[in-house]
Order: sequence, then C-alpha cells, then structure tokens
Amino acid sequence: MSTQHRVAGDTATAESPAGGAPALRRTSEGRERARLLRRQRRSRWDLKVSPYLYVSPFFVIFALVGLYPLLYTGYLSLFDWNRAYYVRGEFVGLDNYRFVLTDPVFQKSLVNTFSIFLMSSVPQVVLAVAVAGLLDRRLRGLAFWRMSVLLPFVVAPAAAALIFGSLFADQYGVINGVLKELGLEPIRWHVDRWWSHFAIAGMVNWRWTGYNALIFLAAMQAVPRDLYEAAALDGAGRVRQFLAVTLPMIRPTLVLVIITSTIGGLQIFTEPRLFDDTPNREGGPDRQYMTSTLYIYVKGIEDQFYGRASAAAWVLFIVIISIAALNYLITRYATRRSTA
Amino acid sequence: MRNIATGPRRWSVPSGTRSRAVRHLAAGAAATLVLGVTAACGSSEDPTASADQQELAEGEVLTITTFGEFGYDALIEEWNEDNPEIQVEQTKVSLWDDWKNELNTLLQANDGLPDVVAIEGDFMPALVAAPDRWVDLSQDEVKDRWLDFKVQAATTADGELLGYATDAGPEAICYRADLFEKAGLPSDRAEVAALMTTWEDYFALGERFVEKVPGSKWYDASGSIAQAMLNQVEHPFEQADNTVDVENDELKQVWDTVTTHSGDLSTKAAQWSDDWTAGFKNDGFATIPCPGWMRSSIKANTGDPAPKGVVWDIADVFPGGGGNWGGSYLAIPKSSPHHAEALEFITWITAPEQQLKIFASLGNFPSQVEALEDPELLKAEDAYFNDAPAGEIFSNRAAAIEVQPYHGPLYSDILGKFQDAITRVDQGKAPDESWATFLSDVQSLQ
Repeated sequence: MSTQHRVAGDTATAESPAGGAPALRRTSEGRERARLLRRQRRSRWDLKVSPYLYVSPFFVIFALVGLYPLLYTGYLSLFDWNRAYYVRGEFVGLDNYRFVLTDPVFQKSLVNTFSIFLMSSVPQVVLAVAVAGLLDRRLRGLAFWRMSVLLPFVVAPAAAALIFGSLFADQYGVINGVLKELGLEPIRWHVDRWWSHFAIAGMVNWRWTGYNALIFLAAMQAVPRDLYEAAALDGAGRVRQFLAVTLPMIRPTLVLVIITSTIGGLQIFTEPRLFDDTPNREGGPDRQYMTSTLYIYVKGIEDQFYGRASAAAWVLFIVIISIAALNYLITRYATRRSTA
Repeated sequence: MRNIATGPRRWSVPSGTRSRAVRHLAAGAAATLVLGVTAACGSSEDPTASADQQELAEGEVLTITTFGEFGYDALIEEWNEDNPEIQVEQTKVSLWDDWKNELNTLLQANDGLPDVVAIEGDFMPALVAAPDRWVDLSQDEVKDRWLDFKVQAATTADGELLGYATDAGPEAICYRADLFEKAGLPSDRAEVAALMTTWEDYFALGERFVEKVPGSKWYDASGSIAQAMLNQVEHPFEQADNTVDVENDELKQVWDTVTTHSGDLSTKAAQWSDDWTAGFKNDGFATIPCPGWMRSSIKANTGDPAPKGVVWDIADVFPGGGGNWGGSYLAIPKSSPHHAEALEFITWITAPEQQLKIFASLGNFPSQVEALEDPELLKAEDAYFNDAPAGEIFSNRAAAIEVQPYHGPLYSDILGKFQDAITRVDQGKAPDESWATFLSDVQSLQ
C-alpha cells in the first residue's frame, strides 16, 4: 500500500505539467498517457476515499440522528423558553443547569433512576447468565426452550405495561388479591416508593432477561468443549465447571451486556410512564417512580420548558457516560488481573 | 472483541500527514453537515404565519382530533354524506391530558397539527395568550350563538374569537338512589336536592352515609370535589393580570376542606384512573359532581344497561351554588392549509341543531343560546338516570351559575399540579408537606 501511495504521489507532481502542455495532448501517445493518468487518479481516489464511503452510511445517520440532536440539545439548554408561543426565548447561560441541579424533583428522579436500575440490571444479568447456563446443555426440545425465553422481548413495552398494570393494581390487582387470600397486607404498589420501583424493575427484567440470556448462550456455545472435559477429568462438578470455565470464557460478552444494560437501565421511560394511572402520568403524584428520562419528558412536553429539559438531558448524558466508563474500567481492571 | 479492535489499524494509512488531511476533511464534512442541518432546522418557519391555503385534493380529508367523547361519529357521517367535497376524518384520543401533551408537541414542532383541534375549556386561556397561532373565527353568522361566558373565554383582547364552543358543563349532583336507600337516606331527587344546598350540608350528609354503608364512600374522588369547589372561586390560581397567586385564602379553604374530608368520604382514587373507573361498578361511591357530559362516563363505567339493583339519578342542586366544569372548544391552527373548509365544518357542527342531537344521544349540554331555549331540550328525560328530567335540571343548573372563575394562561398546568397535590394527600402524605411540594411545583412552572 505504501508503494502505491508513493507512486500516486509521484504522478500527482507530474500531473500539472502534463495537463498544462497542450502540445502533448494532440499526439496519440499523449492521449494514451492522459488516459492512464485519469485511471491512475481514479484508482488513487478509489483507494483513498472508498473505505470512508463504505463506512459513511453509519456516520451520516449517526450525525443526523445522534450527534446533531446531542449538540442541538446542548445549544437549547442555554436558552429560556417562551411557553405561550413554543419558541426559543432569551439566552440565559447556565441558568437551566442551575435550575435542574437544584430542583428537588430532579434529585428525586435521579435516586429513582438508580434504584430502578439496580433493581433491574443487577438481577437481570445474574439471572440471564443462570438461564443461559441451564440452556447450554443437551435438553429435549431445545429450540422450544430457547425461543420461549425470548418471547417476552417480542411483546411491546406498552402491552407489557398493561399486563403488569393489572397484576400490580392497588385495589383490584391480581397480586394483592393473592396476598389477601394468604392473609397478608396488600402492598400499595403505586404509593410506596420502593415497592413501585420493585414493580417497574419486574417489568424491565421480565422483558430483558431472556434477551440477555440468548446473548450469553451464544457466547457459551463458543467455549471449546474440551475445556469442560479437562475440567471434568480434574474432578470439577457442574457448578465448579461453570465458575471456573464458563464465566472466564464469556467475560467479553459479560462486559458488553453489563454496559448495554447500564445504558438501557438508566434510561427507563415507558414502564414508569404507563405504570402511572393518574392523568398526569409524571411517575406518581409524589414522583415516587419518576425516572430522569421521565423528568426530561415532563419538563419538555408537559411543562414546555425545552431549555430545562435539554439541560436535564445533558446532565443525564454525562451521568450515563461516567457510569459506563466506570463500568468499563472496573471490568477491564478485573480482566487484566485475572489474566495476569 | 479484541480482533475487531485491532482491525482498523491494519487499514490505516502509514503516511501521517495524509491521514491527518483526510481526518480534517472528514471532520470538516461532518461539521458542514451538522451546521447545515442546524441552520435548516434553526430557521424553522414562523409559527404565527398562516400556511399556504390550498383546496382539498382528490382523496384528501379534513382532519379533526377530539378527546373523550364529543359525540361526533354520527354527525360527521351525516356531514360527509352531504359534503362529498369536504370529507372529514376524526381521530379520538381517550384522555384530555394525553391529547394536551401531544398537542403541545405538535405546536412545538408547528407541524402535523390536524385542521381542527378540540380544546378543553381550561386550556383555552393558553390559546388566548398566544392568539396569533390560531385562526380568528369571528364572523357574523355565529354572532350571539353562545352563552356570553363561553365566548368571552375564547376572545382575545383585540376581539378575535379563537374557538367555537361545543358544550358547557353546568354541574348537578348524580347519585346512586339505591345506595341512598340502603343508608336510610331519602332517595327522591327533590328531597336529595334539598339536603345538599351548601357544602357543609353535603359533607354532613356524607358522614351519615358512610356510617350506614361502610363499604362505600361518599364521593368519587377528592379531585372532582376540589375541581367543583375551584369552579366557584373567582380567582383560583391567577389574578386578573395573570400573576400567579396560589396562596390566596379561597384556594386555601378549598384545600383544607378537601383534604380534611378525604379520609372518610373519598374513594382516594385519582380521577380517570383504573381504580376510579372500577368504583362505578363496585358500589365504590354514592355521589359524583355531574356536568352534562359526565353522564356518558357514568353510563360507560357502570355499564349500560345498569347492573341489577343499580339506580342512578340526578338531583337538581349543586352545593354552594352553581358551577361550570369543562365544556370544550374547536379551534383552527394557522398551520392548517384548509382554513375555509375547516371553518365551514365547525360552523356547522357547533350549530344549535347539531348540539341538540348530541345532547339527545350523549347528554353533553349545549352552550348555544338557541339550543338552551329549545322546547325539546327542556322536555328531555334520561331513562338511564331513573327518567330524570335532564333537560330541565341542567337548564336550571346553567342558570344558577353566578361565578365565572378567572382562568389565566397557566390555569390548566397549575390545575394538574393541584390535582397531584390532592392525590398525594389521598395516598397518605401529610397535607402540609404536600402543599409545600405544590408551591414549589407551581414555582417551577414560571
């Protein structure tokens, strides 16, 4: 490649005199030479530009739907908003950030977000690994079992929220009905803060555990079987094999799933929004389960302060980036240590 | 993972300057793209400008979005048959609050709005606060069509009319005659009416009721009683110059009354929630503040025909004097390319004749003067409500309205926060704590 480049570079310097001397052009030799030059130039461009063109669709789309909204949100977060006309107001500098960071509602939403995130992502990953471990063996009707763990993922979140809504309804819900039958106190799912997080985390886990389990399963199936044989010869039981062979071998996948479920878990929106059955749908009248994404929605769409909503979006963005980076560093550190 | 990570390195160009040049080029291209898009979106059209007017194309329809139940299905069918040139298509959203959010989004984008927009009465002041996004609908044909207060609420300082009123919401009390009997209370509608002319009497009667029938509550939701009382307050949230004032004595009194009685008398369900809806079927409560349009909700939630033994009735009374709750408008956004057609349609559908048909089929009480004097309306009875003379009752209720509460542009938003505050108390929060949250919520709306 480097030689080609040098050649291309040399012809490039020869290019201008060739183009600038019309006498040469008239001869057939000159024409042939010009044609070759054109071809060379084209192939040079091909070499230089094509790789970028091949990857460009992603970056163009990313720029349009990812980068541009991100930057524009940052821009809007510096402005006040005219609620009556729904247009941008005056430049206010960092006022919106000051508002968001000192807003007790935003602080509450951050706590809710982390609480729901911990209640969902952590058990979800553990459970998904366990399910994948169970599926990673010869079972009767294997395809059936594997497909059925994915089934909840196919159900739209809104539909899932309806199902769970009737399970977790405070007065006439299924779970409270069972609790009453057993002589226990019914749980006020929509009122008690931590119970509402539990219910919402349940919805999220129900939907995502199977999906993650399938990703883990794919990784587990790539683990060479002779490792297990060797472990078995050494007298390792099933559990020991799982801990000593399977887990270290699927570590890269573990990192991937942990990071994606961190990002997803910090952006939960549909479930708390639809879990709330009061007309305002702000994550409970006391914001018991208002997540930060819901806060952004409420500030932007319901209260029509796009500047504040944008500022909150940036704060959340930075929080998520930091947590993801922290996760990455921790897992990398753990991996390094174990391979050393 | 690792292979992928090292992959691109094999492709990298060794010559440092060249690759840097390419990188600069790429960065430049990306920046141009971003700036271009920013510019394109930044210079979005002026939201106060009217869209270019066009005739309806072949197959194109006039769109209208309503919420709840406007009773327009049959009427639109009738209109479409008579007007092949202007076909109308209705989208229904079940809750006003959901439609309000969507409407806000569409207004923000200034794109995708239907040709005709249904607006809840409480939100009308927000339109009046930004009048030049909406088409001025005033014309001679509709002069004196509506009750004064309906027109006033949709008229700007410059005299532009931004919405055509559909219905009005004079409130009566709907009650369960069978539960009243069970509690040993009089169940005849005239006697019931005599027992609840003031709020004190109403709550006192409630105490008697829940003592006798412990399984049921007195009213459907704390929020609906709060709303009813707010509708008798002259300046609930905002002063006449639109300054927000939520620490006035009258509002405080509504708050204290509602939160004091929430424990004994209220179902504690939020209005329109699942538990609230279920309360109609399960003998959850005995009375409900009842504007004309509430009747169709009662029918739908209780079941039509009513379950065995369930008898709904309407008492010609409202505690503390009359009150108006709701009643909507139709408005045309300037972004619609069909102002003339839309105007023609809403002029027709809000005409007294059409509103009378809706009153007959659904119970939404008209806001049109001519319809209110209609002998058919005055004679109308409602079989579902024990043959109550609904026409006469709601006409009396409309006449009893003395106070027209002042609604500023933030009314609808503050009302939402107020309802949240009441629900918090229903859920067990201390009233003082909930009130403090309400104050900070209102603060952050400004």
